[in-house]
Amino acid sequence: MQVTLAHLKRGERAIIVDVSSINIPLKLLEMGCLPGNEVELVQVAPFSDPMYLNINGTHLAIRKETAIHIIIEITNE
Amino acid sequence: MSKQINVALIGNPNTGKTSVFNSLTGLNQKVGNYPGITVEKKEGICKLPRGVKAHIIDLPGTYSLNASSLDENVVIELLLNKNDKDFPDVAVVVSDVENLKRNLLLFTQIKDLEIPTVLVINMSDRMKYKGISLDIPYLESQLQTKIALVSTRKNEGIDNLKTLISNYKELSITPCLNASEIDKEYFDNLRKAFPNQLLYKLWLVITQDVNFGKTDRNEIDAVADFKTKTKADLKRLQQKETIKRYQFINNTLKKGQTIDLSTAKDLRIKLDRILTHKIWGYAIFLVILLTIFQAIYDWSAIPMDFIDSSFASLSEWTKNSLPEGAFTSLLAEGIIPGLGGIVIFIPQIAFLFLFISVLEESGYMSRVVFLMDRGMRRFGLSGKSVVPLISGTACAIPAIMATRNIESWKERLITILVTPFTTCSARLPVYLIIISLVIPEGRFLGLGYQALTLMLLYLIGFGAALISAMILNKVLKIKSKSFFVVEMPNYKLPLIKNVALTVVEKTKSFVFGAGKIILAISIVLWFLASYGPGEEFNNAEEIVTEKFASKHLTEEELQNEIASQKLEYSFIGLTGRAIEPAIRPLGYDWKIGIAIVSSFAAREVFVGTLATIYSVGSDEEETIKNRMAGEVNPILGGPLFNFASGISLLLFYAFAMQCMSTLAIVKRETNSWKWPILQLVLMSVFAYVVAFIAFQILI
Repeated sequence: MQVTLAHLKRGERAIIVDVSSINIPLKLLEMGCLPGNEVELVQVAPFSDPMYLNINGTHLAIRKETAIHIIIEITNE
Repeated sequence: MSKQINVALIGNPNTGKTSVFNSLTGLNQKVGNYPGITVEKKEGICKLPRGVKAHIIDLPGTYSLNASSLDENVVIELLLNKNDKDFPDVAVVVSDVENLKRNLLLFTQIKDLEIPTVLVINMSDRMKYKGISLDIPYLESQLQTKIALVSTRKNEGIDNLKTLISNYKELSITPCLNASEIDKEYFDNLRKAFPNQLLYKLWLVITQDVNFGKTDRNEIDAVADFKTKTKADLKRLQQKETIKRYQFINNTLKKGQTIDLSTAKDLRIKLDRILTHKIWGYAIFLVILLTIFQAIYDWSAIPMDFIDSSFASLSEWTKNSLPEGAFTSLLAEGIIPGLGGIVIFIPQIAFLFLFISVLEESGYMSRVVFLMDRGMRRFGLSGKSVVPLISGTACAIPAIMATRNIESWKERLITILVTPFTTCSARLPVYLIIISLVIPEGRFLGLGYQALTLMLLYLIGFGAALISAMILNKVLKIKSKSFFVVEMPNYKLPLIKNVALTVVEKTKSFVFGAGKIILAISIVLWFLASYGPGEEFNNAEEIVTEKFASKHLTEEELQNEIASQKLEYSFIGLTGRAIEPAIRPLGYDWKIGIAIVSSFAAREVFVGTLATIYSVGSDEEETIKNRMAGEVNPILGGPLFNFASGISLLLFYAFAMQCMSTLAIVKRETNSWKWPILQLVLMSVFAYVVAFIAFQILI
């Protein structure tokens, strides 16, 4: 099932399917947020925003407003 | 002259690039600024084998050559400009063994500029712990470079790195990625239009808005048979470029790096479970904050008292041992107290930077940014605004400098504009003396009224910062891409050497940067208080002696009266009288007026000025306090410092923009006089209005 990254729950893993490059800062792409890479939600702040992610071995935090532009496919529960 | 080569240290943030720099240069380093901008420029000298000297420049950390901040721009501008005197003969790209994949992205970009490049794989001591093994010869052949495995923590591999740098002529300059692979047609056209230029260089000029050498973007746009693409198209190509680069890196690392997860240990997960927890995370942050406050106010009190008394006795000694005259007076009453006013802040500033640098080095600061972002965003700020706002409780100057890593210009500007509301250490002496005068000593729920008032003033400061941020966020019509990407680095034990160097550097830059201004102003103040235009000033001795002839004053009392008469008719005294009508509705007389005028230079001048005005020979607080308590309001009668005027004064100091050094820094950081002037006018008007209302209600 394909959803946006904002729907990922803590501890879940997913594969990035598509990123809307217009709405995503290049810096995020360069840190590994690219189609085909694996992403895991490590921790969320209150109200699930920002999100602390592990993308392809890089640990970073992004805001929910950015996460909705990243399409993922969840691979495990 | 011996041969000297230029070396540029480049790398992602959190790779220990600065540790490598410190290991190479030791104390042979200096920190300056790039011309015209306030990005720190760190450079140093390192001796290489065979008598070669290297001039090493530590470029700001960046994730790629696609710049998104002022700091990152510096990197690309240097690398694109062959004529720059710092243009590197060799680039040293520093990477972290645990994040090799991501770090190599920048490496491939530098390689594509055809600059000889050495790759440092730092933190090699972590390899065993993380189950990582590397096939160095294979990586060297794939990446066409020389690799130095370095551990700055264990001081290993630095000599090897020095040898590699000195052999830079043997390094290959073959690029990693063929730029045409990104979009064949587009790049073929580009090559046709500019046959003599490096393709990747052209591509950076097109995408980055930077000038280099003779070619700039407009010139490229002007070439008839070559059209640049729209922004969206360019970004799509940049994404494609990034994917291509990662393909290359993944292929290289597939064979060159093996990670045995079964032996890997991860402290990060355990620590993050607590430190970024929805409840515990905030609780721990609060405890850390309280510790920092405690250090800044309590622990630094001892060295501060020592500095204070040393300068007082130095001033006294100068006055007594040098021949009397204008020069001695300038030295003893202008320059030495002025210098003292700078030096006294060293303990607090050093403590603040000690904590900040430990928190940053350990990786904890990113967690704070993560925890606070959502809350701060409500006020138009960013999670990254927390650090400046906390630093502001020591001093707004380093705090405003700490806003540089906020990517969004709007969020950064708002942070800069509201930071001076936080209660800085210079307000503290003013608060303390006025609170002790007007707030009774009783207790409420076991807490003293006076302590509660002080706490309230801190809260008012933070509140004013947040509320004005919210208003500015609504009012400012600045469009800036607000994006927020924060790397959450691994936790590391801070290196004492790095922390010590940071503390020394930052303190030095405060003393010499802000210090110059404070010193200049204290000299001006001394002049204004020591000279006056009329009879009343010039013949003060005779007038006063005559006036008190019948009262049999002691010599000391007489001298005090003379000093007080002189001050009243000095330039600064006349200024105070001139503004008296404006401040009377706030409950102040001309003497407080002078103190306020002089504290536009720096707030802490207030107490010192009042001490002079009330002609108290010694500067013991108790004595000043007694004199102040005895002052009578000339119009309304009753004590001058009563509850109403005291509260009014406290509120005035809480809100008014009274710090020239801060204004100077704001000018520097925003590159315009518009913002500091706006800050000065709005904050001062607001302070006046609030103080007015408070006095009129309470009186």
